[in-house]
Amino acid sequence: MIVVLKIILRNALRNKLRTLLTVLGAATAILAFCLLRTMVGAWHAGVAASSATRLVTRNAVSLVFPLPIAYLEKIRQIHGVARVSYGNWFGGIYIDEKNFFPNFVVEARSYLDLYPEFVLTPEEREAFLRDRRGCVAGRKIADLFGWKIGDIVTLKGTIYPGDWDLVLRGIYHGRDRTIDETQFFFHWEYLDEAVRGMMPARAGYVGFYLVGVARPELASRVAAAVDETFRNSLAETLTETEKSFQQGFVAMSSALLLVIQTVSILVVVIILAVVANTMVMTTRERMGEYAVFKCLGFGGGTITAFILGESLVITLAGSVLGILLTFPAVDMIRTNLPNFFPVFNVGKDTVAQALGAALLVALCAAAIPSRRAVRVRIAEGLARVG
Amino acid sequence: MAIPFSYSYRNLWNRRLTTALTVAGMALVVFVFAAILMLAEGLQKTLASTGSWDNVVVIRKGSTSEVMSGIEREKAALLETLPGIAPAPGGRNLLARELVVLICLRKEETGSPSNVTIRGGGALSLDLRPQVKIVEGRPPRPGTYEIMAGSGVARQFPTVRLNRTLRFAQREWRVVGIFDAGGTGFSSEIWGDADTLMQAFRRPVYSSVIFRLRSPGDFEPVRARIDGDPRLSLEAKREVRYYEEQSEIMAKFLRILGYSLTVIFSIGAVMGAMITMYSAVANRTSEIGTLRALGFRRREVLAAFLLEALFLGLFGALAGLVPASFMQFLTVSTMNFQSFSELSFRFTLTPAIALGSVGFALLMGLVGGVFPAARASRMEITRALREA
Repeated sequence: MIVVLKIILRNALRNKLRTLLTVLGAATAILAFCLLRTMVGAWHAGVAASSATRLVTRNAVSLVFPLPIAYLEKIRQIHGVARVSYGNWFGGIYIDEKNFFPNFVVEARSYLDLYPEFVLTPEEREAFLRDRRGCVAGRKIADLFGWKIGDIVTLKGTIYPGDWDLVLRGIYHGRDRTIDETQFFFHWEYLDEAVRGMMPARAGYVGFYLVGVARPELASRVAAAVDETFRNSLAETLTETEKSFQQGFVAMSSALLLVIQTVSILVVVIILAVVANTMVMTTRERMGEYAVFKCLGFGGGTITAFILGESLVITLAGSVLGILLTFPAVDMIRTNLPNFFPVFNVGKDTVAQALGAALLVALCAAAIPSRRAVRVRIAEGLARVG
Repeated sequence: MAIPFSYSYRNLWNRRLTTALTVAGMALVVFVFAAILMLAEGLQKTLASTGSWDNVVVIRKGSTSEVMSGIEREKAALLETLPGIAPAPGGRNLLARELVVLICLRKEETGSPSNVTIRGGGALSLDLRPQVKIVEGRPPRPGTYEIMAGSGVARQFPTVRLNRTLRFAQREWRVVGIFDAGGTGFSSEIWGDADTLMQAFRRPVYSSVIFRLRSPGDFEPVRARIDGDPRLSLEAKREVRYYEEQSEIMAKFLRILGYSLTVIFSIGAVMGAMITMYSAVANRTSEIGTLRALGFRRREVLAAFLLEALFLGLFGALAGLVPASFMQFLTVSTMNFQSFSELSFRFTLTPAIALGSVGFALLMGLVGGVFPAARASRMEITRALREA
């Protein structure tokens, strides 16, 4: 056994340049594979981070239609509802459309209670609650734009016209790495008062209610009860768990996700072609040696073991290198493009999938050459040159 | 005298399996490169062809799309009187006040919800968009709960069929027509009557005002006039430009994705080409010696091996482009990040993408072949001959 391993390693290192090139090829491909899988994971970050005790209620027609603020009390009275918060998508632009980050207006106190994963210091929390023009930003966008507590942040409204000057009162941290640290929110009351002055018809509306239920088991019953309450009213509601709400968003761009997933499979086929090529060449060159092995009485199994072993050594070396490179690459993307991929972490399953893909590639790449090597007639193999 | 072409490609043919594997690797890279660019191109083509050059879209200042915008009735009336608008038959101006909202429908295959654009138009909306053609039924009558659906919507959503009804905004809406707007964004919309829809949705304001310019070149004075009127606080854009802007972010995302992926992927394929070419050189040492002994020069040997590598690239390009061109039969329907609504578009192959793919594949072949070819050309004649 040890001898076989030794021969495999020696064989792999016989043509150092070729092995190096194959390993590098496999490494870049596995790196690309891991990055693509991580990207798919980032797309689902909102789903993964959602809580089972939170529901989202919105207008049944679609998200662009609001709900009256008067629904608040009615929702509060529904049995099983522990907390209700509400808000609007604000859709403001900071200086340029390129600087995109999600920004909302919310009812601050209940929102912070409902989202304990957004961590503020008690002082920041108090300062934000006390200042009508106060706002809170996630750590990542505060870093990106160099904001400090007390800075004035001006958002240009796209839905609510005008320039909105807000004072940064808090910078929240995520409770853990799965929490989006690129959100931005300020007071619903502030927006509503301003809107009342400008366009009275649009005041007194919210975009969504966030409903906290006491226990996860109550979620579906409460959701049905909320929708039942407002059936046949002017604004019918659609209530779903935060998870399915987020999943709805993911599903809207499912075609893109499909493209990314397909491409991540194609890259595995690309390395397969490269490794298979290497293995075909190696075995072609060593046909004579295999014939000698056969003369000595070794069977097809041993020869297959040599070829498969070499294929495994080369592919796994490349894959491990690729996986190791993934971590710094992901770090770089996370720091440089925080507003594209707010949550960008390498999952354990990504690493497992990459190793699985590598194994599959090693097996497939060894298949044709070992068949050839096993089948070669001794005389033919010995006679062969080059 | 140069070494003949046939020397290069016959060598590739001699080692078919190796050549095929190398070409397959390159072909896949070319395929991904072409397919993602085709997707971005299809998206942009669809939105760019949606607008007409001589139409103007007016939305609220600061809004980035019709859905976000709002135009009060009195402002819309002011716009109606602007000079420079083309006349419509019947003495009115060729102008339509429109309402654009999103409704949530479920998709046929997946059952997942997606946002569909509903456009409430006026009497002249169809005149402003000659590309919109009714293929089944008739247009909705004003003042009724009737709608017509674009062919893209009818394909994607099972509930949208001729003579069926859709329920939204507390009413039943009958689909009385299906229209086709070619490969434009309108095919992904549902159209109805603006005033009826506004009442149903209880929205007192229009989303946008569209009008045709009397002379297509006279956009600037009209824009300046709208921009300068403090009563309006509206913004005018050429319809073409407006729709181009709607595709910018997503097309850019797709292009960056396409380029960065193919650069990484191509490293793998280049390694494959290098392996093949190095072994081609190593296996033919004595041949190279013979060629040199016959009087072929170093640079001719270099050229022969580079040519062999370029052939690899060329085959890769062809093997990648053929399946990529079949992708043109596919229609993709997804959410456009900017308008937040469903849009269907096709993979579109342009000569520029095809040429770019071929160039890219040749470059991969060249990079993969240059070091091996250099090694071949640097061999000493005597040593090379002795190797055999």
